[in-house]
Amino acid sequence: MEGSAIAAAPRVLAAGPGARRRRAVNRLMEAVSTLAAGLAVAVLGLVVVSVVVKAAPAISFRFITTNPQISPFGANTGGIANSIVGSLILVALATAMSVPVAVLIAIYTTEFAGGRIGALIRFALDLLNGVPTIVTGLFVFGILVLGARQSGWAGAIALAIIELPIVARSAQEVLALVPSSLREAGLALGLRRWRIVLRIVLPTALGGLITGSVLGVARVAGETAPLLFTTSTFSNLGLTTSPSQALPNIPITIFGLSESAAPSDHAQAWAASLVLILFVLLLSVVARALHERSRRRIRE
Amino acid sequence: MWLLSCLAGWAAVALLIWIAETIFNGASPAISRFGLGFIGSRVWNPNAAGGIGSFGALDFLYGTLVSSFIALLIATPMAIAIAIYLTELAPRAIRRPVAILVELLAAIPSVILGLWGILILGPFLGKHLEPFLKSFLGWIPLFSGTPSPYGMLNAAVILTIMALPIITAITREVFESAPGELKEGSYALGATRWEMVRMVMLPVARPGIVGAVILGLGRAFGEAIAVTQVIGNATQIKASLFAAGGTLAAQIANSYQSANPGLGQASLIYLAAILLVISLIVNVVARLYVRRVRVR
Repeated sequence: MEGSAIAAAPRVLAAGPGARRRRAVNRLMEAVSTLAAGLAVAVLGLVVVSVVVKAAPAISFRFITTNPQISPFGANTGGIANSIVGSLILVALATAMSVPVAVLIAIYTTEFAGGRIGALIRFALDLLNGVPTIVTGLFVFGILVLGARQSGWAGAIALAIIELPIVARSAQEVLALVPSSLREAGLALGLRRWRIVLRIVLPTALGGLITGSVLGVARVAGETAPLLFTTSTFSNLGLTTSPSQALPNIPITIFGLSESAAPSDHAQAWAASLVLILFVLLLSVVARALHERSRRRIRE
Repeated sequence: MWLLSCLAGWAAVALLIWIAETIFNGASPAISRFGLGFIGSRVWNPNAAGGIGSFGALDFLYGTLVSSFIALLIATPMAIAIAIYLTELAPRAIRRPVAILVELLAAIPSVILGLWGILILGPFLGKHLEPFLKSFLGWIPLFSGTPSPYGMLNAAVILTIMALPIITAITREVFESAPGELKEGSYALGATRWEMVRMVMLPVARPGIVGAVILGLGRAFGEAIAVTQVIGNATQIKASLFAAGGTLAAQIANSYQSANPGLGQASLIYLAAILLVISLIVNVVARLYVRRVRVR
């Protein structure tokens, strides 16, 4: 859009009333814009560097591979292995529950439903995406925890509800990118609609579907609010792998440590944050790279 | 296949209704006891009325509105500026990387941003920025009071960081869809780059930017964890931004363990119901704005 002629255009204006002032304003606004972008990137850098630097004293191989050992003075001298395992289980369960449903929803809206119903469901997904995650946590608390007890299942379901609209919306976009000529070719060969979906549409869109799921995982892996009411009270310091009990997990562990006043707890919180932020940022970057690639491939 | 996917599609709609139903159901003891007066009441005392407790939402509503509006006041101009940089100024090679870095801000888990708010941002605000603001602008009630690491200002800064990438991403998308002929036309008439942005891109993009800002507002309203970590969790309305406060979402997160079953818990869920209604309205309005631009 901005070829060389246009890029050079601002220089053309030479004289005219107020030319000097106009150029000065232009230069000022350009500088402000550049500064704003720099500031945003700097904030990201500042947070990440803070986490890395502050985590350095506490992070070690032992930290991620041993369970908490609480000293007589209340400080954890062990690690957070049980939280890492718990988080992995929670996120895996949530993804296993949400991704198939999300893909089915996307198939329905792009392949079967008419324009109106498709739009309605898309709208519902947008609203679902806008429900504050703490409210989602309270919802699951209301249907599963109240009258029973906290459990990994409850936490995983809360995460699944948050993951669902994210994955479904991105799956819809990907399915819509599949050229309709492919579908028409299938129809011309006399294939049923469901076979076209299974044999042609889904394989073509697979890369994009995986990307959307990775993005969903990255999003829910760091969620704390929905776990607060569903899987946050665990007295067991050992490894817990059964989702029918409350599962220790990294976000709640960080939250608990951050509220403490003890510097040793803060060091642990930073170290746990480093583990989480590396996981989340890595997934986000990978998802983005995959995203670019799969889009290009479908278009070709 | 049709049946399965149809079921899944409608399940999404049903889930939304189920969430609303469950929340309002859980809040019903508090709704029937306090009615709509809950929204205008400033009490939050679990021990009042002989241990039954007396509850109201006004202080948290105030905190939610103030912290979010300040966040948007900072985030909106910044996001527009970043979007201008990304669509008009940045060299082609660094355009994508910078856009991705800004969007990665949204990927930082809120609990980590909150930890950063407690241990890094808070001390900086309390020791440096707030005394500075106070010495220059102390005559404005907003900047009076005792500087403190935790409070409304800290929450507002954290919310700014969270809303910024959302507003930037949508604004950039809208800017990119601005018709090239109009831009070229204004350049041909001798406009500077800023004049082109001000007179062509901003008017064309206005509905989209409004939608983006409202979406950012929705994000800020609903944030529970990071806000409860840094806002100080007090039931009070103070003019000073340095003072502690609370928001709807933060109050729910803060008292999750201490709420006793019964009226206390129902009142907490009543807060969630108010939050849910606000979020749904905000999202509906925002989507309508953003869609209008996309359709065009």
